[in-house]
Amino acid sequence: MAANGSGGGSDRQRVAQQRLRIIAGHLRRPADEDSAVRAAECKAPQSESDASAEGKTVPRRRQEIMKWNGWGYNDTKFIFNKKGQTEFTGKRYRLSGMILPGLQDWFENTFGASVHHKSPATNILNSSAVQPPNLNEAFVEELKSTGVPFSHDAEDRVFRANGHCLHEIFPLREGKIGRVPDTVVWPNCHNDVVKIVELACKHNVCLIPFGGGTSVSSALECPLEETRSIVSLDTSQMNRILWIDEKNLTAHVEAGIIGQDLERLLNESGYCTGHEPDSMEFSSLGGWVATRASGMKKNVYGNIEDLVVHIKMVTPQGVIEKSCQGPRMSTGPDIHHFILGSEGTLGLVTEVTMKIRPVPAYQKYGSVVFPDFEQGVACLREVARQRCAPASIRLMDNKQFQFGHALKPQGSSMFTSFLDGLKKFYITKFKGFDPNRLCVATLLFEGDREKVLQHEKQVYDIAAKFGGLAAGEDNGQRGYMLTFVIAYLRDLGLDYYVIAESFETSVPWDRVLDVCRNVKARIVRECKERGVQFSPLSTCRVTQTYDAGACVYFYFAFNYRGLSDPIHTFEQVEHAAREEILANGGSLSHHHGGGDRFKIKRLLIKRRRRVGVNDAAVITGCILTSKRWPGHPEPRGEEVILRSPRHVLTASPSRKLMGESSIYQPCTSSANTLPRPYHRSAGPLPYPVFHVPTSICQGKPLRLRTACHRVKLILGLYNVSSVLGPPLGARHCPPTVWLHRAPTSLSLYLHRGHCTQETENMT
Amino acid sequence: MTHTDTASGRAKMDHGEEFVDILEERRRSYDLGHALRTIKLHPYQGGPRCSTAKLNKAVLDSQYLRYVAEEIATETGSSVVEVREQARRLLEEMSQNLQLSSLRLMSYTITKVAKRLFSSIYVNMEGLSMLQKATQETPVILMPNHKSYLDFLVISYILFTYDIPVPVIASVIRKYLLGLKQQSIGLAEMKMVGEILRRSGAFFIRRAIGSDKLYWAVLSEYVKTIVRTGYAPMKFYVEGLRSRTLKSLTPKLGMMHMVLEPYFKSEVFDITLVPISISYDRVLEESLHAHELLGVPKPKETTTSLLKSTKVLQEDYGAMHVNFGRPISVRQMCEGKINRCQYNLTPRDLPQKPTEEAQACVRWLAHLVVRVQDEGSVISPWSLMACMLLQAPITALTEEGLLWHQLTGKTLWLRKLVLDCGARLNWPAQTPDSDVMSSAVALHRSVVHQKAGRVYLVQEEEPARRHPISPQERMMRTASAVLMLASYRNQSLHVFVRPALVATALHITESTQRDELFAFYCFLQELFSYEFVSIPGELSQDFEEACSLLKKCGAAHISQQEVTPSAGGMETLSFLRALIQPFIDSYQVMLRYLCEEGDQVLTEKQFLPAVRSLATRLILSGELDTYEALSSDTQKNLLLALRRLEAVTKSRASEENEFNVNKAAIRTIGDVLSGKIPPQMLQTTPDARL
Repeated sequence: MAANGSGGGSDRQRVAQQRLRIIAGHLRRPADEDSAVRAAECKAPQSESDASAEGKTVPRRRQEIMKWNGWGYNDTKFIFNKKGQTEFTGKRYRLSGMILPGLQDWFENTFGASVHHKSPATNILNSSAVQPPNLNEAFVEELKSTGVPFSHDAEDRVFRANGHCLHEIFPLREGKIGRVPDTVVWPNCHNDVVKIVELACKHNVCLIPFGGGTSVSSALECPLEETRSIVSLDTSQMNRILWIDEKNLTAHVEAGIIGQDLERLLNESGYCTGHEPDSMEFSSLGGWVATRASGMKKNVYGNIEDLVVHIKMVTPQGVIEKSCQGPRMSTGPDIHHFILGSEGTLGLVTEVTMKIRPVPAYQKYGSVVFPDFEQGVACLREVARQRCAPASIRLMDNKQFQFGHALKPQGSSMFTSFLDGLKKFYITKFKGFDPNRLCVATLLFEGDREKVLQHEKQVYDIAAKFGGLAAGEDNGQRGYMLTFVIAYLRDLGLDYYVIAESFETSVPWDRVLDVCRNVKARIVRECKERGVQFSPLSTCRVTQTYDAGACVYFYFAFNYRGLSDPIHTFEQVEHAAREEILANGGSLSHHHGGGDRFKIKRLLIKRRRRVGVNDAAVITGCILTSKRWPGHPEPRGEEVILRSPRHVLTASPSRKLMGESSIYQPCTSSANTLPRPYHRSAGPLPYPVFHVPTSICQGKPLRLRTACHRVKLILGLYNVSSVLGPPLGARHCPPTVWLHRAPTSLSLYLHRGHCTQETENMT
Repeated sequence: MTHTDTASGRAKMDHGEEFVDILEERRRSYDLGHALRTIKLHPYQGGPRCSTAKLNKAVLDSQYLRYVAEEIATETGSSVVEVREQARRLLEEMSQNLQLSSLRLMSYTITKVAKRLFSSIYVNMEGLSMLQKATQETPVILMPNHKSYLDFLVISYILFTYDIPVPVIASVIRKYLLGLKQQSIGLAEMKMVGEILRRSGAFFIRRAIGSDKLYWAVLSEYVKTIVRTGYAPMKFYVEGLRSRTLKSLTPKLGMMHMVLEPYFKSEVFDITLVPISISYDRVLEESLHAHELLGVPKPKETTTSLLKSTKVLQEDYGAMHVNFGRPISVRQMCEGKINRCQYNLTPRDLPQKPTEEAQACVRWLAHLVVRVQDEGSVISPWSLMACMLLQAPITALTEEGLLWHQLTGKTLWLRKLVLDCGARLNWPAQTPDSDVMSSAVALHRSVVHQKAGRVYLVQEEEPARRHPISPQERMMRTASAVLMLASYRNQSLHVFVRPALVATALHITESTQRDELFAFYCFLQELFSYEFVSIPGELSQDFEEACSLLKKCGAAHISQQEVTPSAGGMETLSFLRALIQPFIDSYQVMLRYLCEEGDQVLTEKQFLPAVRSLATRLILSGELDTYEALSSDTQKNLLLALRRLEAVTKSRASEENEFNVNKAAIRTIGDVLSGKIPPQMLQTTPDARL
């Protein structure tokens, strides 16, 4: 690296300096126009003070309140006590301190596990097991001069090296620590991020954004093959609400804020966002944007893509944002749709303007029991058809219903247990529901009191048509509680040889039942074939409804005693389950995100080692198709070729051209003929930028670096207010060619990885 | 060999499988009690079964039928309501009405009949318990072979006996049974028989559906709904028809497509196919089949003829073996063969033509099932004797008689060969070998009889002979006995057919080079594709297997390049060759007819009698010594094979099933078959075409 740095020719330095000038120009400009807001931003407390001082949940030192090898807070966990009962420790939750009499029985019967067979986790994080940081001295020096706080402390680094996939948590419990980031930085505001990204580009350092650390798509994993210094950019201190606009009902918020803080702070002003993903206690706004998150109450408030009005993102090439906050634009494809779901590969989201709503006057839980899952799904479909879904409506299958039932806290009096018995008698004996087939829908209504009651009646009337019986608020509320404590429950399972994971999909209505049945059956069969001794828990719920389909959420867990490599077995089973989802017409993910290693790479990319479509797939959540990619040889074997975003992006006239190689003909212009920076506020640019990559950066955590190529493509198309020139640390960036073409002949080609050869063939 | 423990009615095969005689129990207890006992069924996935009416409603209301009805309405100009009404009537005519009470009645009747007809009905318990497990987990398709009318309800009877859900049965049936066509007998009577069958689970499919779009739609939706809902196991005959020759037939794919589609479209997690092999010691319809093959029309399936057949009930038909094969998971078999994602982008209810991939997969699977049925069938000593009898000169059988000890000696030799080939042989171990064989002959006294240490072919006798019989008539009588023998030989043919084709190739090509042999093997398999069913795309595996079998029997040495006959294996090789010889001779005669005597254009109706009379002439003149050339089955198979080889083409224009004969191509085929030119001269690639 050092050799690279000093060995650069004068030519390169000249170019770099020119770029610096350009960037500086961009950075100044918006600051001039928007000085008031900027000033407010920079008033933010500097590095010394900790966020917790302001009543924020997550401190810089996460280790003070969080577990390092499990979910959530240090003081909160499930334990089996000596009396054969389950306790939930701590004071933070409604369930905290309560006794759950039914859980242990359920646990032992479901998994064939025993409380006597423990597989406890390593308690102490052994700092000496962590590899010493691989530092880029020049970068560290310059970083110091910026005044942005950073750390090389082993604990700090370990805390940012993993998300919550099973294969990340499992080794940690055994005290095994793999590659961790070398430096952790805590930018405090947007400008800090710009500085860090600039420095990273300049010194050829990898950046991995870190928000709430709740990733379940392996996005935080440091690749083993990476030799450069890895910097984890922790946004947790960028956690302020910068302004609330009550006229337009929007709030401008820094992206590092976590869900519970955002909601609490807004509540203080009488507002809410209504975005409540299951991980909202810990996940961050930036993470939601980057993974296209979905909240449980999306029926009222919408998913994240409906909620955001404006996004500011720092890319290696500069900052990208829309020039206005208009509710809708028709000037080219929506740039937000590239940012949403880009999972940190294109840039780092720093600030978001979100819609807010007044806190609802009235909230009511509810539940409905159906004789079987088929009836339940039919009811949800009807609710979706009539477009009268409550804020949340979820249908749990029988296994999950029993699971939820096992979480019932100890009855407070004889009377309640008597009442429970009576209810059970009524449903199973009087109404003839089979306790091993019935299933429960949980409901959450929000709004004005009258409207809620009216709405409730409408939904219960529909339910009655499908044999549904109202089953009380309590069952409903417990159903939602399950999703918040499920991650703690996984840690409990891991203490007793039970491993578990969840995954989700979205699927058209007519396939919902098929997906549920087939995926669950596939899990059971795969476990059996792979020598899992006890039949696994394989359960699902229909967790969101849409006009054209639904989101299905699966839990799957098994007892791994007797398996030599439980994680490998587990991954094989999960892989099979995902394959089954795809074969059944489901999507790879509804809201968890694609991720790299876990899903996209293994399911999609593994099958073809050809084009850089993998990136394309990551960006747009590509469609699997058996179609041949134009201009490419026939796929071999079981290869599956992806339909790249080209298909999505190109207008029809260019579609014809796509098959011809001429479209890829690079213009022989050099970096000198870079287009002048664009400051257009609306409409596609007259001369869109066309990028032909010829060489490419290696490895994964180039996220930001590779992003620049993609962003360039995008920039040409979109309605953006500021664009910077080529990246600062341009050493490893491919020579870029900018073509001036009319929009109709524009074609995009996204590219990365090991595909240089092929690209050249194409050009 | 079988070790029979007569007291408990259990028989153990050499494979270690246990067959249980289900009649044994019935002989000891009251039939009525059995029929009326309490039945505990464990239905599919533990769910309650929907009623027939609900099932039919689901079919009629299906999106698929709506689409098709609308399509037909626009095509024909009639209203959608009319078309749907039509569909409702079709469904009514088709649908089954499975009822427990009728099952009890059926069980009672069958017990009565079976006890009279059969000494025992052996069922393999292991297969039955695997089936029971499968019925609870996935939709199950029972796929028995079809050798006799008796197959029809016997499976239901067995499942009823063991508390396994009784299947609905796809039955191709003539129109009058549906009450659609007036017959000589009363309409009501026919309707009654139909109704009884319906209540036992049969649903009726018209024999000739042709291009009736609505009928296809109703039928396929009906079948698919049954599979999708796991209403009941479904039974259908993949071969389509009853085999007149006791040989497996080329599977029909239409029904198979319907049955498998719910899996392809992910509407069910998996489908289990259970191949069932039913083997009879003696087939009820033996002489009826022989007459049919010789061109004597078969009597109608009427109640009166059923009653007249009470004579049949007086006779002994030995034992019956029902072997439930290992369940086949469609999911497992289709792995890598079907990309289910292809159904993701259009609504699954839309009528879609199956993709090539799906067609290939279905074809392969159907053939595989037939192969498994073959392998699962139990071979009787009599079948081995039939092989041997057919290899003796006809005159020896009809006039001087075959020496008993010669026949038994050879049969015992063959027994060893069969066991070497790994077949299931039902040869009682406790009984002396000679007794086994004489009782087999005694059982088949309609075909052969034993007198003074010699065995003679039985010739049908007419009590009052008004005039001396002509040589032709005499020949026809011999022919019917020979064809009966041939069909019993066919029961064990599947064991030998592939090694026998290699042996034939060795003989005709006079080469030992593997690739040459393989080329000829492929040619034979292609030409005889309707005689001996082979799995598409697996010719080379079959060839390898056949070679290694030859090696195992000590008949040939196998090396990387060569297959050489071994010194001690001459007897085996010539036996195997002689098995195939009748087919080759018959085909040569027919090819000769097509080349030399037939017209350029001919119909099947002209072809059959013409070939028959040519063959008769040749047999009488002593030029031809196989009677199998007279069999209409062989004749039809040749036509089908020639069409496949494109030596014969169907002319589109005519209604009458006319064929255009490419005489040059047929001559080439004949020359290849007699070894005059190598099979490479044929411009086909058999492997790809299969």
